[in-house]
Amino acid sequence: MGFNLNDWYKKKRHGDVVLEYNGSITADVISEALNEIEESLNLKNERFKIRKRVYNVFVECLQNLYHHVDLPPKSAPVEQKENFGIIILSKDETFYRISTGNFVKKEKISYIKDRIDQVNSLTEEEVRMLYRDILSNEEFSEKGGGGLGMLDIVRKTGNKLEYFFDEFDKEYIFFSLDVYIS
Amino acid sequence: METIIREGTPKTPYVRLDGDKGIIEIKGRSIPENSIEFYKPLIDWLEKYGSEPTNETSVNIQLEYFNTSSSKCILDIFKKLELIYKKGSPVEINWYYEEDDEDMFEAGEDYQSIINIPFKMIEMEE
Repeated sequence: MGFNLNDWYKKKRHGDVVLEYNGSITADVISEALNEIEESLNLKNERFKIRKRVYNVFVECLQNLYHHVDLPPKSAPVEQKENFGIIILSKDETFYRISTGNFVKKEKISYIKDRIDQVNSLTEEEVRMLYRDILSNEEFSEKGGGGLGMLDIVRKTGNKLEYFFDEFDKEYIFFSLDVYIS
Repeated sequence: METIIREGTPKTPYVRLDGDKGIIEIKGRSIPENSIEFYKPLIDWLEKYGSEPTNETSVNIQLEYFNTSSSKCILDIFKKLELIYKKGSPVEINWYYEEDDEDMFEAGEDYQSIINIPFKMIEMEE
């Protein structure tokens, strides 16, 4: 059997769901989501450092979607909206998990995979050095970060990025990314 | 020189660029989707200010959050300040961070490692 979105949701909703959204990722949606997580009791009761990190990493994850997502494939069991993406923030026992999901064309797999594998292969110090290097040397595009987003997430969480590529059809895969903050 | 004041919003910081007093302040959150749009006028202002700065320029950066898309724009601000400093006009940079906010402290260190102006790191108690 192919990819089943409901099964995916079930896994990512494990624990207490603080926020869940699927649809067009727009600037307004981002503002609302940020507002909502700031008001969430789960986070209000957290230590300052954790609260800040969750917020920061959530911003990067959501804006990463904002800059990169496309229309979903026509046969996908989701609303046909531009810039379609899914984000779920849940508190699962001792950690927070931010999961994002979106459909991407197969030809983009290797680019995404190489990027994440590279970031995951670095030590903490190497992440810091690469971050500074990109910040000081590379021209950013209008889309922003020049790859800084992923590095920033790894740097702030101290955890590796977990990703999955699930085949959806001949043309598309469902790309999902999990970030853990503890 | 005209003074620029921008009130803070949920995604953009409070900004005050005062050319007569030589005071530059950025406070709050900087998480816009399109940071170039927000920062371009500020960087243009600094470029003009750099041609005739006051005797001393005082810079206060007190950010709560900033996204990676803002990070380059903030660096561009520091680069303009570095030019002023290199021409021999004193520039004081105060980088404020909240007690326990290691991430913001490290962000200050990142900029300090790139920009050749001494930073004063100031911890604020909660």
